[in-house]
Amino acid sequence: MWRYTLKRLLQGLVTVWFIATATFFAMHNVPGDPLSGERAATPEIRANLEARYGLDQPLATQYIIYLENFIKGDFGISYTQRNRQVNDIIREHFPVSATLGILAVMFAAMGGVLFGALTALFRNRLPDTIIMFMVILGISVPSFVFAALGQLLLVNINDLLGFSILPVAGWGTVSHMLMPALVLGMGTMAYLTRLMRSSMLEIINSDYVRTAKAKGLPPERIFAKHQLRNAIMPVITVLGPAIAAITTGGFVVELVFAIPGLGRYFVQAVQQLDYTVIMGTTVFYGAFLVFMVILVDLLYGWIDPRVRLQ
Amino acid sequence: MHKPIDSNEGFNRSASRQLALYGVGAVLAFVLLMLGLNSAASLTSTSTGGVAGAVDVENNEITAYLRQDPPELNTMGAADAVSGIVLGHVMEGLLRYDEHGEIVAGLAERWEIEGDTATFWIRDNARWSNGEPITAHDFEFAWKTTLDPATASQYAFILYVIKNAAAANNGELSIDDVGVRALDDKTLQVTLEQPIAYFEKMVAFATFSPVNEAFFNSTNGRFAAEAESLLYSGPFMMTSWVHGASLRIEKNPYYWDQSRAKLDAINFAYVTEDTNTLLNLFKDGRIVQVDLTAEMLEGAMQQGWVLDRFMDGSVFFIDFNHRDGRVTTNKNLRRAMVLAQDANELVNSVIKLPGYVPAKSLFPAWMRGASRTLHEEYPPPEAPFNVALAKEHLEKAKQELGLSEIPPIILLADTSPVATISAQYYQETFKKNLGLDIVIDQQIFRQRLAKMESGEFDIVLSGWGPDYNDPLTFGDYYASWNLNNRGHYRNERLDELVRIGQNSLDNEERMAAFGEIQQILFDESVLIGNYERGRVYATDPRVKGILRRAIGAETDYTYAYIDLDAQ
Amino acid sequence: MNEPAVKLSPDDFKPLGLREQRHGISRPSRSYWQDAWGRLKSNRRAIVSLWIIIGLLAFALVGPLLWSVDPARQDIDQISQAPGADRSATIVAPYEYWGGQVTESAPAQQGVFNLGDAPNSQVVRLVWDALPGAYGYRIYRNIFPIGDDRVFGLPLVDVTSAAAGFYEDRLNLRPDTYYYTLVALDEFGGLGEQYEVLEVDVERVITVDEVRARSLVPPEQNLAIGDTVNLALHPLGTDYLGRDMLARLMSGARASLFIGIVAPFLFVLLGVIYGSTAGFLGGKVDQFMMRFADFVVALPFLLFMILFQVVFGLGPGQSGIIPMMVALLVLSWPATARLVRGQILQIRQEAYISASRLLGARNTYLVLRHMIPNTMGVILVTLTFAVPSAIFTEAFLSFIGMGVAPPTASWGSMSNEGLATMLTHPHELIFPAIFISLTVLAFNLLGDGLRDALDARMRSLE
Repeated sequence: MWRYTLKRLLQGLVTVWFIATATFFAMHNVPGDPLSGERAATPEIRANLEARYGLDQPLATQYIIYLENFIKGDFGISYTQRNRQVNDIIREHFPVSATLGILAVMFAAMGGVLFGALTALFRNRLPDTIIMFMVILGISVPSFVFAALGQLLLVNINDLLGFSILPVAGWGTVSHMLMPALVLGMGTMAYLTRLMRSSMLEIINSDYVRTAKAKGLPPERIFAKHQLRNAIMPVITVLGPAIAAITTGGFVVELVFAIPGLGRYFVQAVQQLDYTVIMGTTVFYGAFLVFMVILVDLLYGWIDPRVRLQ
Repeated sequence: MHKPIDSNEGFNRSASRQLALYGVGAVLAFVLLMLGLNSAASLTSTSTGGVAGAVDVENNEITAYLRQDPPELNTMGAADAVSGIVLGHVMEGLLRYDEHGEIVAGLAERWEIEGDTATFWIRDNARWSNGEPITAHDFEFAWKTTLDPATASQYAFILYVIKNAAAANNGELSIDDVGVRALDDKTLQVTLEQPIAYFEKMVAFATFSPVNEAFFNSTNGRFAAEAESLLYSGPFMMTSWVHGASLRIEKNPYYWDQSRAKLDAINFAYVTEDTNTLLNLFKDGRIVQVDLTAEMLEGAMQQGWVLDRFMDGSVFFIDFNHRDGRVTTNKNLRRAMVLAQDANELVNSVIKLPGYVPAKSLFPAWMRGASRTLHEEYPPPEAPFNVALAKEHLEKAKQELGLSEIPPIILLADTSPVATISAQYYQETFKKNLGLDIVIDQQIFRQRLAKMESGEFDIVLSGWGPDYNDPLTFGDYYASWNLNNRGHYRNERLDELVRIGQNSLDNEERMAAFGEIQQILFDESVLIGNYERGRVYATDPRVKGILRRAIGAETDYTYAYIDLDAQ
Repeated sequence: MNEPAVKLSPDDFKPLGLREQRHGISRPSRSYWQDAWGRLKSNRRAIVSLWIIIGLLAFALVGPLLWSVDPARQDIDQISQAPGADRSATIVAPYEYWGGQVTESAPAQQGVFNLGDAPNSQVVRLVWDALPGAYGYRIYRNIFPIGDDRVFGLPLVDVTSAAAGFYEDRLNLRPDTYYYTLVALDEFGGLGEQYEVLEVDVERVITVDEVRARSLVPPEQNLAIGDTVNLALHPLGTDYLGRDMLARLMSGARASLFIGIVAPFLFVLLGVIYGSTAGFLGGKVDQFMMRFADFVVALPFLLFMILFQVVFGLGPGQSGIIPMMVALLVLSWPATARLVRGQILQIRQEAYISASRLLGARNTYLVLRHMIPNTMGVILVTLTFAVPSAIFTEAFLSFIGMGVAPPTASWGSMSNEGLATMLTHPHELIFPAIFISLTVLAFNLLGDGLRDALDARMRSLE
């Protein structure tokens, strides 16, 4: 088990190195110039700037310098936030995205498992129909529309009540997080509901459940021990990437709710060609994702003894 | 056929019960987690994170927003609009613009410009926010550091009017040769490359602000990265800066004129450029002022908000590519395109915001000339909207170019909402009126600039904003040596006129030169004026005195105060 | 009490001989797919969904033939027009600059603030006499009556002259009632105490040239000033540039359905092949393949999309759908692959696989016959979710300004544009949103039906 974990972590490192390399060369092949501004720079000012960011070196040299700094854990200085270290940007803004992401995934996982199991138990009956209708509604509205509607709802509720039950936007307290997390988790919740329903349905009809029933096990025990635990498997498989996706994909929600998350910095960095921030966030997110995948695989082996870890 | 198992009622009931139990457990765990997160969240943010209302009468402070996290608060680096708003409150240079847009004394008590020498006498009570006196050395250090090639400042060019500044920035001369010198602690002497008429207007620009050398060195390369790593010379000082979330400025107790700032503090508690979010925050009473888009006007009138408008100073126009081999080098084609469009229609029917006005020339309508506005002194020649005449020019152009059809014209645009809408409007207009095929090449900001630099366009939606309050800030745009002239327009007479604008000390002569530039640009059909950008905004009726202007901080709360009588 | 045992005779031990039709096939033989189709047909929701999807495809492909309006054509007279709005307009002379002379058609003059000409949607002309003590004037326009609270609405213009003056308002005039206010300014440019309000009913007008240019009447028909014509018909209204919503929805359907159907189908297929190969082969190969999937999934989508645009040499004017689809295809398959691999790993341990293997089944047979059908449920759920997620990816890209190039329409970009006018012109958001929802709904229900029809284990339920 420990050897396996160690091996996976080492492989993970190689994967991260691949990600860094691919992103580095992809980024430098995108046309555009991170140093350009609306006010054109004289060739001399440009040369000064290039020297400052090391862009005057050949690409291969830049890559080697980059890797050296990367090993030292130094991602350099941002091109657009001119006085900030990329490390500081990640350190300050990732926890925000992560907090929001974890909350959203919790909403999604709890809701998904609960609703999924319910719809499976009441297949093709009223609760099933109602929940599935909500699910469709949840996934058929683009996130930016959802975010805007969620916020509008808050404004109108606050207006109606005459006091503020939840803040409209901003960041700072848990009250700021609830609506964004709900909006952010909505799509994943719908997805998990569907997934849970489908895998529950398969298990309800499986032989071992029938055997358990025949054996006369108490229904609670069958449900908890045989059905739920097995049906949760596919949900857990997608949970790892879902956490990563939600944490990294919160741009819309972060923008609409004025949340200082890393997602906004990443999208801005790509649009502004902020080389150092692109590299820093991509490598960081890549490592995060790889780690989540490893964690899920380990969890998988723990929950399902049939999957043996080599 | 046996009965489906899932109709087993008893089993379902038990299972649902079990599920409900889990549900309750999960919710409990969730609430616990929320409590835990609440304490953790306070670590990643401050208490100012938008809990307060827009106006706090008790503490005499207001809450506002920023479109983005200020990218650069180091006055020696670049200059952008959002950083400009913050810097306009916390930094002051030798001179500044007052509430009517006039140059007045800032940290300099008095000043004298004689020929190529300018002397500034700094106030005795000018102090940094840590109580130390602001000296002439602080200015000398700041200006010379800006020009140091190692600093790689993007705005160093604005100092090039100072003697040897350009050479020092290029590394040809030592920084010590730059013509700025502290004669003593309170006297700063500046030698210019040559006498110029608009130097005092430039000195009010943020790049001319002072920086304390000892403090700068003590920050270990993290100068201006956080609220603590800056010293402030303006009426306010920054007391907290949570990147991307909030920024708070409070009255600077060491500022020389304590009567200037009326408010004790301003919270910039929200950082977002989403216009709907800002509208919702205003509606919810969280921020004192909000800019409105055309779609929001009806709702704003329904709410009975107090609306106002101002022009932010920028002029937007279509630039042609004058590089060899482009059809747009043909004057008749350019003329045809100028005549075949009506900026009034763009502004009145498509953009639909009252703050916008059709751009009649490169120089905006608000720009002052010698005594009145430049437009009053030299009325911009107006091209009639005349499709028939445009078609005649188009035919001439086809003959001159030897083409039976004009090939598709590439319109380069960026991705901002107004650029998107304008690009589509012009595409349809030129198609409809001239039968020209326009293909839109929409690119995100840096890619658009890259394509402009390399000349991969025929026409481009361009814009220009002023750096200082003199027509020259627009007038030199088409000078052949100007790197911002990305369409590579060349005209010797125009270059001569720009030289007059730069070097003449006679304001009448300079304005005449700008008037002639305006005429040349019209005669040669060098640009298609689109609009002068405006903004319509709603303000909380309890707050008075917020300034919006074209030069300097776009939004200025320095003179703002809470009106206790209102509501 | 001894009962005699069953009497047996030697005859009982003779063979019975062959009997005919002992194990007859009582129902016609049907293949797996025939069976699945039969079960799908009996699922009403799935069939309705199938028809909806066919309908949407027809809307995208056949629709433009029936409603042949150019989706890029801008009708500047009818911007953000709701469906079914009044379309009649009166013909007037073309706009000409006006010097402030009150014309004959102006209503009777009374008080200080007056109309200088008949008000219409082309221009509203205002004239005023000097107000005592005023240093200048500001003109406001409102769509609501002015109350005592001095809330005047939209500031249109500042006039710095204290004398009598005039102003032409041409800003976005609609056939409606407007309340204009003339407010005196004090010497500092601040609002003074005095103001005058004028109520104006604006009539929709059009010029002869515009009528001809837009072919609103047959060319032979004579037109005179004062005639009434009907503006172009837009059954579902127009958008913020006056473009026909119906035509845009149709052309948007092509982009959205292409992205929403082709891309997911391809990347799910790729994911299934990749995942089942990895899961089935197991061991080192599996390890390597999954690490590669981890690598791909961590690549930044936005950056690579820009890169693909470059690689594909996307020129100006192209819609950008192909690079978007390639980016989706190249970067989105790992999620499906992981899921399928997880399922295959599980199924590999099942007894029926061992049994089948013992019976000599080949690998391809095992995968195609046992493993894939048994993961079909999960695959179909993934696929039905991949459809909205692909549509939304495109919408998200529109949201950040990197979506399909204008003037190409897509439902995502239309929703994004409609968001701005959500409260004032809801039809611009609602129509594309309905189409997205309908597509997603149909694919979900069809996916459900397919899953039930294809899943071998579901058969026992009927």
